[in-house]
Amino acid sequence: MLSLLSEPVGLSHYLIVGAVMFVSGAVCMATKRNALGVLMGIELVLNGANVNFVAFGSDFLARNPNYGIGLDGHVIALFVIVLAAAEAAVALAIVLNFYNNHATIDVDKADELKG
Amino acid sequence: MDPINWHTLFFLLFAGIACAFALGVVFSSNVVRMAFFLIISLAATAGLFFLAGADFVGAMQLVLYVGGTLVLLVFGVMLTAQSPFISIRTSGGDWILAALVGGSMLAILVPTALMIGERANMPSAEADATTRAEPPGAIQPVVMAKEEPTVAMLPPVPVESRPTATNIGQALIGVRVDKLEETNERKRAGLAGYVMPFEVISIHLLVVLVGAAFLARARRRAKSRFADAA
Repeated sequence: MLSLLSEPVGLSHYLIVGAVMFVSGAVCMATKRNALGVLMGIELVLNGANVNFVAFGSDFLARNPNYGIGLDGHVIALFVIVLAAAEAAVALAIVLNFYNNHATIDVDKADELKG
Repeated sequence: MDPINWHTLFFLLFAGIACAFALGVVFSSNVVRMAFFLIISLAATAGLFFLAGADFVGAMQLVLYVGGTLVLLVFGVMLTAQSPFISIRTSGGDWILAALVGGSMLAILVPTALMIGERANMPSAEADATTRAEPPGAIQPVVMAKEEPTVAMLPPVPVESRPTATNIGQALIGVRVDKLEETNERKRAGLAGYVMPFEVISIHLLVVLVGAAFLARARRRAKSRFADAA
């Protein structure tokens, strides 16, 4: 534990955090029956990916900055944030529409198209 | 005892908060608590971004994500938080299946993440393998190849923290000020910047917001007409 505190942080530390957030988001998307829970899972997945982009773009974490992706990682992370905002707006509109029509928010009840 | 590395300490703090509350989102069944846990998790992620030197991305994470997207999500939760929907339980079979899938995904991703640090080592590992394959006392050129510094042997290059906002803004309007002196021909390829993706994403955002406003609005009017008829 003490050696963990004195060692510098590397790229793999960030990648592990990103992996944990990604897997939490994927499991959240798969298990939640509340449509808003599924949306939160998507947000977690996008954030896990964002952590990886920023980590690969960081000059502090790469052993040799020449091998990092530098500013590209930051710009792509910004694009991901904007896309997540757009996705949340549309998905929320659809969810509210579904709620108004069916008076429920349980995604298991959304089976009108089932044959 | 080695002195405490404060960067590592704060990294562990923010990473612990981010991961713990992400798991909290998964294991909580109350949707209001899930929204709250998600806010904390994403705010801690912004702290991780700051620690990685991405000051502008971290600020945007706080402003756009925590301040914008999640507030939208919280409004969605408040609009639909009728008592039967606040906590919808997942069946036990689903949990077992999800734990299986999630566990195997973690089992793949975490060792891969740990291998990343060794990736730079590979040339020297190959050199070791060839030395070992040679019969003892055979030849010298392999040893010379081994002494050539690989990426892993180089000491970490000290970097200074620079604000990234100007560079990101210039990259979005098409000038990569961070690559102007780039001599490597392959890395000069990205010099054009991000004008095209920036324009695409602007139009995309506009269309999406108009669409969202339309979707959220149309049904309410139809419902009120129905109420008038009834």
